[in-house]
Amino acid sequence: MAAKRMSLRDKYNRMTRDLAWDFSYQDPKKIFEQADFEGIKIEDWDKWEDPFRLTMDAYWKYQGEKERKLYAIIDAFAQNNGQLNITDARYVNAIKLFLTGVSPLEYMAHRGFAMIGRQLPGVGPQVACQMQSLDELRHVQTQIHTISHYNKYFNGFQDFRHMHDRVWYLSVPKSFFDDAASAGPFEFITAISFSFEYVLTNLLFMPFMSGAAYNGDMATVTFGFSAQSDEARHMTLGLEVVKFMLEQHPDNLPIVQRWIDKWFWRGYRLLTLVGMMMDYMLPKRVMSWKEAWEMYFEQNGGALFNDLARYGIRMPKYWEQTVAEKGLISHAAWGTFYNYCHAAPFHTWIPEKDELDWLSEKYPDTFDKFFRPRYEHWAEQEKQGKRFYNPSLPMLCTTCQIPMVFPEASDPTLTSYRSSVHNGERYHFCSDGCKDIFDHEPEKYVQSWLPVHQIFQGNCGGATVPDVLDWYHLRDGIDNREYLASPDRANWERWKAGEEEAAELPKAAAG
Amino acid sequence: MSNNHVYIALQNNEEARAIIEAIERDNPNASVNHFPAMVKIDGDGRIEVRRKTVEELIGRDWDPQEIHLHLVSISGNVDEDEDVFAVQRNN
Repeated sequence: MAAKRMSLRDKYNRMTRDLAWDFSYQDPKKIFEQADFEGIKIEDWDKWEDPFRLTMDAYWKYQGEKERKLYAIIDAFAQNNGQLNITDARYVNAIKLFLTGVSPLEYMAHRGFAMIGRQLPGVGPQVACQMQSLDELRHVQTQIHTISHYNKYFNGFQDFRHMHDRVWYLSVPKSFFDDAASAGPFEFITAISFSFEYVLTNLLFMPFMSGAAYNGDMATVTFGFSAQSDEARHMTLGLEVVKFMLEQHPDNLPIVQRWIDKWFWRGYRLLTLVGMMMDYMLPKRVMSWKEAWEMYFEQNGGALFNDLARYGIRMPKYWEQTVAEKGLISHAAWGTFYNYCHAAPFHTWIPEKDELDWLSEKYPDTFDKFFRPRYEHWAEQEKQGKRFYNPSLPMLCTTCQIPMVFPEASDPTLTSYRSSVHNGERYHFCSDGCKDIFDHEPEKYVQSWLPVHQIFQGNCGGATVPDVLDWYHLRDGIDNREYLASPDRANWERWKAGEEEAAELPKAAAG
Repeated sequence: MSNNHVYIALQNNEEARAIIEAIERDNPNASVNHFPAMVKIDGDGRIEVRRKTVEELIGRDWDPQEIHLHLVSISGNVDEDEDVFAVQRNN
């Protein structure tokens, strides 16, 4: 008699519960050493239900298919000189920011999920974490592979991994992930899977990949969507973990709420870089940061927290602040990078007239009043041969490590400063959100590796800007500074003028 | 104010077009919004993708887990079995 076909649920149970075992001669506390110290109480791991019920054979089948599709497109992109079809060479700077700032986090996610897959005592989340760990390794590999094509033609890509550990603003994404990875397993999964992936990464991947498509970047769209197709599974893991903790014990609620508050704010601050990219670095724009925040956080986040209200969870603390400052942060960030791009491995520029008009239209309450005059002044200086580079080093927020450049939402002519004293030392913050995070765990954040402090302490190659740039592996005059004066631009103009055959395009550098 | 918004976002490609059409057929109140390279389908409370409808449209067997090849993002709680892939609010 033929065996009856198993249902999806049966198959999933066979792979998880049925392959797990109870420990008879070892103390489970010794096997899962990190399971208790955060205070999360789990009564019954068998209550865990993964809504995706993906078995290993199906996982390999679909992931294999995703890879085949991706590599077919990467080949086509390279063979057809796809780098020449992007809207403008300025666009490539967004990809430089992505490779140096985001791709190394994918690798950290691979490591992080491998670690917590080992530490969480339930077999359901162990399997989900194992799959996610493999996904994240795939993401970092496909991103490096895809972007390597741009490295043949544009500057600033060549030493991204080295730069991730050293360059001042890259400490923002790096410290974000290190903060999560040095927490316990429950905080890590709440931070990364729920607060970051479920609540916030749509802001990165959806407008960014749509923007890449709009700007003719077939390569990035493809690795982006290939990675993103795993993301629905990751987001669901985050949501299920949060619901599971809340269902297991009432004592878990205040701990989980605090993590949601903390990691929402940490992730939101990190997304400042994405806001800047959407508003300034895409020659053809899909939507403004403000519109994206309204669509993906105010509308969707609102529905999500409404859904979680039955567990006693409320909206993350300071979410009102994110709404109040949505017309400010992307402009503050681009202005800062405009000032400091002599120390960054990508180029900045003043938006062209029609682009400034677009910003005025999208930000009617803030752009003309607080930002446009500044850009017009800098553009005028640039025309006179006095392109402005800020020679000082900025003060950084001890928590998010972003320079203290955010305006007060209540009066944007003021800069937002907060501080706390701990053991007789004063620590500085960009916001109430960052100050709260420090105040709750000062012993963790007093250890922050703040790039400006490190330069002043002599730990970054020397006392002068050229010393520090050498230590970054950043080639002055090639990888950095004003776009208009860059070898990238000179090459691009020459290629687009058709002076050289595409097959003979020079490698990056030397203009 | 009640907000039960859910969505499914799919890549804009050949196979996903049939999935989008199936969603439109089975969820008359969902709204389909086009972005470069991507389609976002917004709904209130629940959106479902039914195996049978997709199979009718593409003329072959279709496993709802194949949706993973084309998914960009979701918002809502996932409810998945052999015949349906759905996102919903649990209020």
